[in-house]
Amino acid sequence: MTTGRIVGASVPRKEGRDKLTGKAQYVDDMQLPGMLYGATVRSRIPRGKIKKITFGPGIAWDEFTVVSAKDIPGKNCIALIVDDQSCLADGIVNHQEEPILLLAHADRHALPKAVDSIAIEYDPLPAIFTIEESESQSQIIWGTDNTFKTYLVEKGDVDGIWERADHIVEGEYTTGAQEQLYIENNGMIAAFDPQHGVTVWGSLQCPFYIHKALMSLCNLPADKVRVVQMETGGAFGGKEEYPSIIAGHAALLAIKSGCPVKIIYDRMEDMAATTKRHPSRTRHRTAVTKDGKILGGEIEFTIDGGAYTTLSPVVVSRGAIHAGGPYYRPNVRIRARAMATNAPPHGAFRGFGAPQSLFAVERHMNRIAQTVGLTPVEIRQRNFLKPGQTTTTEQAIRENIDLEKLLDRALQLSDYHSMKKRFAGENATGPAKKGIGIAAFLHGAGFTGSGERNLGSVVEVEACADGSVRVLVSSTEFGQGTKTVLCQIVAETLRIGYEDVTIAQADTDDVPNSGPTVASRTVMVVGKLVQSAALGIKQTLTAAGVIRPAYSAQEFRAACRAYVAAHGALRSSARFEAPSDVFWDDEKYRGEAYAAFAWAVYIAAVTVDMTTYSVSVDDFLALQEVGKVLHPVLARGQIAGGVAQAIGYTLYEKVVWQNGRMQNSQMTNYIMPTSVDLPPMRVFFEEMGNIHGAFGAKGIGELPMDGPAPAILNAVEDALQVSFDSIPLLPEDIYEKLASEAVVETEFR
Amino acid sequence: MVQYAAGKLPARKLVSVWNLPELRRIETFPDEIRIGAGCTYTDLRQNAIIRREFQLLANAAGWTGGIANQNRGTLGGNIANASPAADSLPALLAYEAELVLVSVRGERRVPYVNFHTAYKKTKHAADELIRAVCLRRRFLDYFCYSRKVGARRAQAISKVCVAALGRLKGPIVQDLRVAVGSVAPVPLRLVETELVVKGKAIDQALLSVAGRTATAEISPIDDIRSTMRYRAKVTGNLVAEFLQKLAASAKNE
Ligand SMILES: Cc1cc2nc3c(=O)[nH]c(=O)nc-3n(C[C@H](O)[C@H](O)[C@H](O)COP(=O)(O)OP(=O)(O)OC[C@H]3O[C@@H](n4cnc5c(N)ncnc54)[C@H](O)[C@@H]3O)c2cc1C
Repeated sequence: MTTGRIVGASVPRKEGRDKLTGKAQYVDDMQLPGMLYGATVRSRIPRGKIKKITFGPGIAWDEFTVVSAKDIPGKNCIALIVDDQSCLADGIVNHQEEPILLLAHADRHALPKAVDSIAIEYDPLPAIFTIEESESQSQIIWGTDNTFKTYLVEKGDVDGIWERADHIVEGEYTTGAQEQLYIENNGMIAAFDPQHGVTVWGSLQCPFYIHKALMSLCNLPADKVRVVQMETGGAFGGKEEYPSIIAGHAALLAIKSGCPVKIIYDRMEDMAATTKRHPSRTRHRTAVTKDGKILGGEIEFTIDGGAYTTLSPVVVSRGAIHAGGPYYRPNVRIRARAMATNAPPHGAFRGFGAPQSLFAVERHMNRIAQTVGLTPVEIRQRNFLKPGQTTTTEQAIRENIDLEKLLDRALQLSDYHSMKKRFAGENATGPAKKGIGIAAFLHGAGFTGSGERNLGSVVEVEACADGSVRVLVSSTEFGQGTKTVLCQIVAETLRIGYEDVTIAQADTDDVPNSGPTVASRTVMVVGKLVQSAALGIKQTLTAAGVIRPAYSAQEFRAACRAYVAAHGALRSSARFEAPSDVFWDDEKYRGEAYAAFAWAVYIAAVTVDMTTYSVSVDDFLALQEVGKVLHPVLARGQIAGGVAQAIGYTLYEKVVWQNGRMQNSQMTNYIMPTSVDLPPMRVFFEEMGNIHGAFGAKGIGELPMDGPAPAILNAVEDALQVSFDSIPLLPEDIYEKLASEAVVETEFR
Repeated sequence: MVQYAAGKLPARKLVSVWNLPELRRIETFPDEIRIGAGCTYTDLRQNAIIRREFQLLANAAGWTGGIANQNRGTLGGNIANASPAADSLPALLAYEAELVLVSVRGERRVPYVNFHTAYKKTKHAADELIRAVCLRRRFLDYFCYSRKVGARRAQAISKVCVAALGRLKGPIVQDLRVAVGSVAPVPLRLVETELVVKGKAIDQALLSVAGRTATAEISPIDDIRSTMRYRAKVTGNLVAEFLQKLAASAKNE
């Protein structure tokens, strides 16, 4: 790949200076005249009917604005995929922390006491908290069978393989919930006036999701709802769907009170009430020949969606499509289901179902290797997908990916073989056991199947009166580098300076709908659109005769000025068009699931301390093929940050549930790793390009979340010669398993 | 402050004892060091005598919270807050500290052992201030061992923490003090364990007996941070690790 002047260079972040100097404005920095503060009264039981609400004594209730379900001007639901989630509970609650009432007051310190003095009496109903309880249907809490969504992926003839198999390998793998733990808690401000309608400013990922939700909730037309993204301090999917609820709450309070209303969650409320990664259970049954070739098999992938549908159908879909891993399976049947429980709805989180199902398949590959008598390296080498072969959804691999070579390079870079040998020697005697583990995986970029076609994203690029060029998209910056990379793409495309390109604030009154900022789609899909919109500017200027073919950046600026002076504003837009040769069948779940896959091999080396049973990751190698790296520093940051977050997912972060409520909604007890808990991270890229992405880019944002968990658990297995199939894996779990398998005696060493 | 921020303190009017110079001194005498209760963890970590003669305390100070907490949190606060998980307290037990308590009625000096009477309960009267913590300077020739087992390497509340001192004469354990945190309603000195080890040579059999005795002596619980079974087993393991290192220390000399 050739590297451009700007694309491929680590230019300064567009918003970096403002963030460093404190100029950046987050929603809690914003004050409006006459603004009130809002708070949420939430359910304290997991399921039941609301019998009675009493406003306690000692509070000047006439100073408060109180909103309940009956104050909602439009539909009492958070419009997303299925309209089953109320904005405010009306008579019944289905999970802990479900919003019931809203309060607003000019003094934010008056709110906690007021919230506490509202007594709610319930008629409790039996609640369910696990996938198994939901499947057993002992209680029907949603629809007719507790099932939000099912998918069936079928390829070849699975029923015919069992007879031919030398081995049938079975395994069950489970993963827990995970909190996104962005630095900036959720927050919104809403203002209302009858003439302009509702405006909200907030910390968010997807302005048009909120726009849609507010139109329906407030019963307002599109032009009477405006959503503005403030600087956003991290999101990881945690600000994908939930902000629609907070925006709705702030809007309802603003409409009723006539004043602007700010709602900022504190950390405990944010952790207890908002979404987390879906817990999952995956079962594999695989037919294998004696030389380790996978004939095929069955995969059952099930996630706990919590109490309402929200995004679970999409999460379970992505998990299902990734469930086969980067391996060739001539025959496969994947059944995927999202089940209802009385937990607060689980939601979007970096990886979106793929980390769960990839954890399972990469643990299962090790189990197959053990059964057949091969090494973890050999079993993978023998089954890797090759160009021309098809994935589980029968998507043909058209790019020239060589996974064996990728694995080889990772083994070499990590010094895998010599470490493995050394550890085997040292483990015989020492009080610490060392191990090394591999995970190979893939991650599809962009929306699944016909998703991008349905979105039909639009972007605009504008030539400005001052000669600069401005990008207009609803794609948001929340730390990952959206602004920087989209501006790089435009500067490179137009052969102008990076500083000549700016990007508009994501304000639904100004920017077109370029889709949500999710699914590793921004650089690949939106970036490509931005590139063609930028070309449109050049064509117009050329056609108008204000630039020559070989122009300088300075001449380009002059041309923009001249054009705008003569003809007025110049905006060029581009809309997503699906390539005509792409086939996807939504009914059969078959076809081209993703426009591109990123490919990776991760290798983890660990030590298990046999005094405390704690695992430390000593070394981490992340090698990935990502099409083209547009910004090396940001790309490395994405990988290293994702690996860190995934190490937390694997070894530290456990949501402790009690009666459907998170007990450890504090950073003291919800343990995310600190910098001293993390290993040195060695990040390497391969770049093969990608015709669907801007300058050959694929998505990389979610990829690093997928590999660490299985690589680490495979390393723990290597260290202890005992298998663990569940994350998070805490020292307590290791101790119990070792004790039950009599690996540690009751004696003390 | 933690209670205050969580809204669990009914009192809203508080008196600050921060920066009272009388509480912030570390005074050294030939046979004793008197640490003002208002000394911060950073003060403890930076004091040369504490670092040299009372390593267990310096270690505990170094793994309490983060740097900001160490700059602001005090030893007196750690004692009076009386959390069973407090990191400095096992060290004070091992060194057989004495406390100087002060009130309008005057000063009194009490042994620190048994100062914690029950979960979050202490012997100091409501109007008493902890003025200082006194440590005898007679541990220079002891082997010291301390370890904190938390859910991560920094910024973690202990699941188990141990502070231990030992002295050998030849192969025989002549003196031994083992104190633990987070495995009982109060910080605990493992008296029984000390008894079974004292006067014996350290071998595999003794490690087992010591580990088992320690496990029997504590009363850990299941809570949000760990389990009873894990805490019991790890406490035993740590005691065994301490004795192994103590035995090895003789060989190294
Ligand atoms: C983020 C964080 C992390 C922490 N991590 C750890 C850790 O890793 N290990 C650990 O052991 N602790 C930890 N703590 C607890 C904290 O370090 C101790 O509680 C601390 O020593 C308190 O000191 P302080 O002076 O701030 O006391 P305060 O919080 O101000 O007071 C605590 C109690 O002690 C009383 N008190 C204070 N000084 C005196 C005195 N001289 N005489 C009588 N009573 C007094 C107060 O009235 C109050 O009841 C942590 C706390 C925080 C906030």
